[in-house]
Amino acid sequence: MTASEHPDDVPRDGPELDGPELDRALSETWGDKPGLIGWLTTVDHKRVGKRYIVTAMVFLLLGGVLALLMRLQLARPDSGLISADRYNQIFTMHGSTMMFLFAVPVMEAFGVYLVPLMVGTRAISFPRLNAFSYWLYLFGGAMVWVAFLRDVGPDVGWFSYTPLSGPEFSPGKRADFWAQMITFTEVAALAVAVELVATILKQRAPGMRLDRIPLFVWGMLVTAFMVIFSMPAVTLASSFLLSDRLVGTQFYNPAEGGSSLLWQHLFWFFGHPEVYIIFLPGLGFVSAIVETFCKRPVFAYPVMVAALVTTGLLAFGLWVHHMFATGLPRLGYAFYTAASMSIALPSGVQIFCWIATMWDSRPRFELPMWWVVAFIITFVIGGLTGVMVASVPLDLELHDTYFVVAHFHYTLIGGAVFPLLGAITYWFPKITGRMMGRRLGQASFWLVFLGFHLTFMTMHFTGLLGMPRRVYTYPAGLGWDALNMTSTVGAFILAFGVLVFLVNIVLSLRRGEIAGDNPWGAASLEWAATSPPRPYNFAHIPAVTSSTPLWEESLPVFSGLRVKERELVLTTVVDAKPDLRDPSPKPTIWPLLAALATTGLFIWSIFSPWALVYGAIPVGIAMTAWFWPKSTPDIGREPVIE
Amino acid sequence: MSTRQTFTGDLSVLPTHGFGMRSLTWWGVIAYMLIEGGGFALMGGAYFYLMSQETVWPPASLPPDLLPGVLFTIIILLSEIPNALLKKAAEAQQRDRVLLFIVLLDLIGVALFVIRGFEFAHINVRWSDNAYGSILWALLLLHTIHILTDWAESVVLTALMFTGHGHEPRRFVDVSEDALYWRFVWATWLPIFVLIYLVPRLL
Amino acid sequence: MRRLLPLLPFAALLSGCSGVQAMSEGAGFGSHLFNQLMLLFLAVTGISYVLVLVFLTFAVVGRRNAGGEARLKMLLIAWVGFILIGLILLTFVSFMSDRREAREGADQTPIKVTISANQWWWGVEYQNDDPTQIVHTANELHLPVGRPVQFKLNASDVIHSLWIPALAGKQDLIPGRDNDVRIVPTRVGHYRAQCAEFCGLQHAHMAFDVTVESPKAFAAWYAAQLKPAPEPTDPGVKGGRDFFMTHACANCHTIGGTPAGGRTGPDLTHIASRSTIAAGTLPMSRGNLMGWIANPQGVKPGVRMPAVGMTPDELHAVASYLETLK
Repeated sequence: MTASEHPDDVPRDGPELDGPELDRALSETWGDKPGLIGWLTTVDHKRVGKRYIVTAMVFLLLGGVLALLMRLQLARPDSGLISADRYNQIFTMHGSTMMFLFAVPVMEAFGVYLVPLMVGTRAISFPRLNAFSYWLYLFGGAMVWVAFLRDVGPDVGWFSYTPLSGPEFSPGKRADFWAQMITFTEVAALAVAVELVATILKQRAPGMRLDRIPLFVWGMLVTAFMVIFSMPAVTLASSFLLSDRLVGTQFYNPAEGGSSLLWQHLFWFFGHPEVYIIFLPGLGFVSAIVETFCKRPVFAYPVMVAALVTTGLLAFGLWVHHMFATGLPRLGYAFYTAASMSIALPSGVQIFCWIATMWDSRPRFELPMWWVVAFIITFVIGGLTGVMVASVPLDLELHDTYFVVAHFHYTLIGGAVFPLLGAITYWFPKITGRMMGRRLGQASFWLVFLGFHLTFMTMHFTGLLGMPRRVYTYPAGLGWDALNMTSTVGAFILAFGVLVFLVNIVLSLRRGEIAGDNPWGAASLEWAATSPPRPYNFAHIPAVTSSTPLWEESLPVFSGLRVKERELVLTTVVDAKPDLRDPSPKPTIWPLLAALATTGLFIWSIFSPWALVYGAIPVGIAMTAWFWPKSTPDIGREPVIE
Repeated sequence: MSTRQTFTGDLSVLPTHGFGMRSLTWWGVIAYMLIEGGGFALMGGAYFYLMSQETVWPPASLPPDLLPGVLFTIIILLSEIPNALLKKAAEAQQRDRVLLFIVLLDLIGVALFVIRGFEFAHINVRWSDNAYGSILWALLLLHTIHILTDWAESVVLTALMFTGHGHEPRRFVDVSEDALYWRFVWATWLPIFVLIYLVPRLL
Repeated sequence: MRRLLPLLPFAALLSGCSGVQAMSEGAGFGSHLFNQLMLLFLAVTGISYVLVLVFLTFAVVGRRNAGGEARLKMLLIAWVGFILIGLILLTFVSFMSDRREAREGADQTPIKVTISANQWWWGVEYQNDDPTQIVHTANELHLPVGRPVQFKLNASDVIHSLWIPALAGKQDLIPGRDNDVRIVPTRVGHYRAQCAEFCGLQHAHMAFDVTVESPKAFAAWYAAQLKPAPEPTDPGVKGGRDFFMTHACANCHTIGGTPAGGRTGPDLTHIASRSTIAAGTLPMSRGNLMGWIANPQGVKPGVRMPAVGMTPDELHAVASYLETLK
């Protein structure tokens, strides 16, 4: 890096340009236009992150309503409340909505919002791609829900096994809407994953070496890589399905050399990492919360990082445990049993480390910590029933029963949703500038916690008594009646708890106690920004000298970035030494237009293969306009190039 | 901010662009290669899986004609010569050489599309005949889409190079990364060539 | 304390819940092994959970007396060791269990049964080298206690899964693939089995009855199954038989010893001897037979069986005929 002449006529942040004057200038540069135009053209990761969170929560509600409908139908044996066809659509939409439209997007949303702030930069790595991915997610989710509301919703389960989902046994477009929803959401998720990897590797604050990165950021990095390596599998699977259905390929047709097990392998190669994609950010939430409320870094940081990475790697070696009943060679199964059991180790280690952190400090049990305790109590049960179903002889009885339903709700709700509710409570002040209400928060906690256990603990027994999954009704007299009723009651309590939680959010938005920059006394960089953060995040790029920057004596900052242009700093991958100044894109309508064009292409291709040719044209035009440089050519205003 | 700040350095001396690992978009290209490469690897896995379900491969047809495939392979491998020169020129910011090689590669791309058309025409099986046909078409189609997207990007970049924006250092970084991506396109072709043209002849 | 409430039901588990479709019945070698293995797993995972809860309780309410990083590091190593040993133990026992089950009955001559799954009923065929000794039935299984039965499994349309919880674990029936599974029933009784892989609209109504009985009773049942349908004597019943043979019914169903030879639907030769109809959906009775025939879509919407137009008298006659098919 050579020093050089630098143009002094360009205003830059620093001791000479600071305070309110700097804020005005930076807000002008980094802000959006007001009103609807600003909303449609923004590339601000915080605004995009917020809308991702809100949209995901809407899908949580929709998926939850579907669950309540299922529970109403199953509350009594031989119920005629909901028809078989409707129920099959409902349970398919429940699983698909929760997995593809809520769980993964909400975790990515928090990544999109928090990661740039936590690593001390002004923007996410590819802001326009970020905006584009949100629109694609929204349109894909809307497409499948509109289909469902018009009684052409998918009805073959969230996993859509062939040949049931193939052209012969699922005529019409139902399964196509599901398969294309996959394409929408997977492209969106992949885009966010790429952004997170680039942001975390290249945009960290100077001094934020790899061993000083917050554990949440490590979690998002591992998650992003898991997304990158697993999502192509499901996109491939669903594309093959779409083409079998639309143009008569034979990928899954055993009569012509295809195989329905091919679907299962491709789907579960994605499907198993998928649950860890949902789970790992939750672990990141827990680490962040525990660090703050124990006022110390989490015990054994290197072990925690190793556990995250190991979980991410192992997650790819388990998928056949979803196929133990398909008749594959038994010896091969033994490998997958061992692998599936082994993934309990890194999780068990992490549980130890969090509890050890609490033990070796004076924890403050504010509401986010309540959710952490609830997570430990609940998730571990799920993990342990997971150890059970990892065993082939046990799984051959338990597979496809309500025991498995219990298992994965314990791991998903216990392991991801409880930390999520804690995370919302924890970061609400940062995102909105206000604290969430305490009393409603406590009430919602108890309702959710008790409602959850009542609903799902019971299902272990329902399963052991022989109730299979995915049935729209069951006969009386098998011993399942009272258990199902219990689960239904629990589900309504749980739903009520979620409702109270949301009411708390709405009320707190208006009347919550005003929060300062750092109401919890946390250590990570996002708490150095204002609450809510300014459009430019940080007036001066912060540097760090430890993994707990805000607990140090002072926060070093760098000066020198241009104020009239959007500019941030890129640092080196391992040591985070300042390396380049990089321009950041301005707001633009093209991501939205490109998303609309892509939506047109995707939906049209459900109906005709020519969509791939003709639909690509508007997409190409939109992409070209997107990347075409808008500003006047920037010649001669730069310092020396090395 | 509530924490006390102390100024510790000046970022204004930093340059505004760098090549390779220093560039943010380079990481985007690498990530894209991982995604698409993973996709190809999975397709290869599906190919072998489907092959294991058959005793004869191809099950009911002749293998694809070798000539178009071999021709395509030779030309795409040769294209690495101007491609490497393009990358070097971009990193040295030699605008004239960049213009020369990028236009040359655009033209080579057109030739490759023509040959690819012949490949499709002489693949000797329909996508709907059987799973063998389906996977062959899928492999060839996915690769074609990659050539198309990279070629389209090159054409847009070529156009940009001829405008005022062609003098910005940023453009040279874009060209360098485009050339990097082209390497991915021919590198992934090699195993696909083997799967489409050679494996059906081995059995 | 209140947080431990959810654990109470585990105690109930240990007392053993039972039911005709419960895994804990342990009426087969496989399900018996399952029960034993499950108890071991419960014990090991239960201990782990208790340890976690104890540690957590100390962390939440205990005094700040941890003894610092060094002691915690040692505890972590011990915890890792405990988990490793536990997982290795469980993996090993699970593997040995699996092999034990695979060996059971391998040295005996099994009864061979082919099961063909269809949307939404089960075709059952007891194999025999002598073709006159092959039994065709549907939606039911009779098995002699103590003798291994080797199932060959295939599916005609989509993936289904054979699952008799009281006897053993599942195995999928996959179109284009022949799977097989060996089950050894060890206790006499009546059990219920159900399809365990979502197979479309009426997946919920694809069950069947399993009767495990003494070898003598099984032989008697088998002999009865080999007999063709009895020739009706009563004129009303005859009318029912004639209706059956001259209408759509005979196109889909087989009744042994009659012209009806359809294979699209279940074999009805001995339907009246079954305890349920419509793949475990309704108990066998005259009224249910009539209700099913008159309005299959009402009982099982989407079922492939059409409603054959008939007058109430014809319905009575057909039902009477079917009732004679014991």
